Parts: sequence; C-alpha cells; structure tokens
Amino acid sequence: MTLKEIKELLEAEVISGEACLGQEISAAGGADLMSDVLAFGKPGILLLTGLSNSQSVRTANIIDAKAIVYVRGKKPDQEGIELAQGKNIPLLSTKFMMYTACGLLFSHGLPGISSPPEQTRHER
Amino acid sequence: MSDENIFSQRFEIRGGDFSNAGKTSTSIKEILQEVGIDSSIIIRASIASYEAEMNVVMYAQKAILTLNITPEKLHLRLEDDGPGIENVELAMKEGFSTATEKMREMGFGAGMGLPNIKKNADEFQVISQPGKGLSLDITIYLNSTG
Repeated sequence: MTLKEIKELLEAEVISGEACLGQEISAAGGADLMSDVLAFGKPGILLLTGLSNSQSVRTANIIDAKAIVYVRGKKPDQEGIELAQGKNIPLLSTKFMMYTACGLLFSHGLPGISSPPEQTRHER
Repeated sequence: MSDENIFSQRFEIRGGDFSNAGKTSTSIKEILQEVGIDSSIIIRASIASYEAEMNVVMYAQKAILTLNITPEKLHLRLEDDGPGIENVELAMKEGFSTATEKMREMGFGAGMGLPNIKKNADEFQVISQPGKGLSLDITIYLNSTG
C-alpha cells in the first residue's frame, strides 16, 4: 500500500513529505508509548501515534520507520516537522482515532508488525 | 584498546532537558551511518543509546556518553550523576518503573528501558552506586547478527 493510498483511506492531511507519497508501506504499528515503539518497532513500518511532541519523530528515525500518521487530528511541533524533513520521514495527520485509523488500514490489507500465530487465526 | 579505535567521541547529556532528549542518539546514528556500519547493527545501537539517553534525561542531572568503535565492536559507555538504581535486578524486569507523569507524557517511563538495552546489546553491564550514579556499558559486536 502506498502512502498516497494511506492518506486517502485516512482522509489525512500531509504535514510534510508530500514528494514521498509514492513510497510503498508493507506493515504498520500503532502506539502512544515510545518505549513500546523502541521495543517492538521494525524498520520500514508506518507508525501511527497520538504522541505529537518531537520524541515521536526522533523515535521513528531511530527505528527507521518510513512515515508517521498522527491520529485524533494531532500535529507535531515545528521542531518535529523540521527533523522529519531532514530525515525524509513524511508526516500525516488524520482526524480518526487510533483504533479506527488502524482498523481502516488493517481491513484494507496493511498488516501489523507481527501476524498472530497460525492456530489463533480465524478459519474462513 | 584505544589505539585500535577507529572512532571515539564523547557526548554530554543534560538531565531534565526533555525537549532535547534523543538528540545525542540521533547524532550517534548519523555517525554510525557515516562510518558505514551495517544497518541492523545501527538500529540496535541507536535504540540502546536512545533508551540510555532517556534514562539520563528522566533521572540524572548530567551524563557523559562515550562512543567507541573498533574494527570488531561498538561500545557505548554512559556515566551519570543520578540516584543510581537500588535494585538492578528489579529494574531489568519489563514493566518495572519509577517514572513520573511528566516522563510518561513524553512517551517514556514504561519500564522497558533497561530490558530493551539488554535485548539490543551483545554485552550489557549495569554498575549502580545508589545515591551517586549509574554506569552503563553496552557492547555490540559488528559481525553479530543480533
């Protein structure tokens, strides 16, 4: 799924990194706790978060996340935006709450960081 | 050991400076990228450094972080003047935390810091002097796969 498709699905506003919307995203993770992002994040993911201070961008940069979507209409501060521009990390903001934003992406085929074990998956 | 260093740099980290928290680790990541270290090693070192840096920002007044790179390994040594850790064994357990509300607002203080450093390091030593300070020794081998 491209960032452009993600932007459309989440009716998101692009805060910075408009030129990078063609990037392909293959997994995502949502957390407000940066400790959890550092512990469970994977390179290349899309990070969904409600934490809008510059720590969100620093953390995304540390784990090599590809982009950030801020939920609940939040937006990072200027320092965060400048850091993201310097590191080529596109920033988007959606009005949807965390659960809805993640659900929309997941239901359209963007998986989480880790899939559930085979035996717990629902049979269809 | 020092004569085999290919890179060495000292950084000062100020405690309580939440707005600059993470800058040192961002610089360290840039240095490791310039040196040309494997990206999987860079991520592990950056995460360990970031967790250690946040620990200083949250609990100490000041710390010196020294980065040493040799052909075989990457070493981070952090010495702070904070309160130390009374029970290191307990602090190494995921979820144990003495963080304040302010720390949690920054997205930290979940009790994942030291366990996460351990997870990303090949060798990790915590030397705590309660009331005087904390010293962290983090080693990552450059030929390890994690």
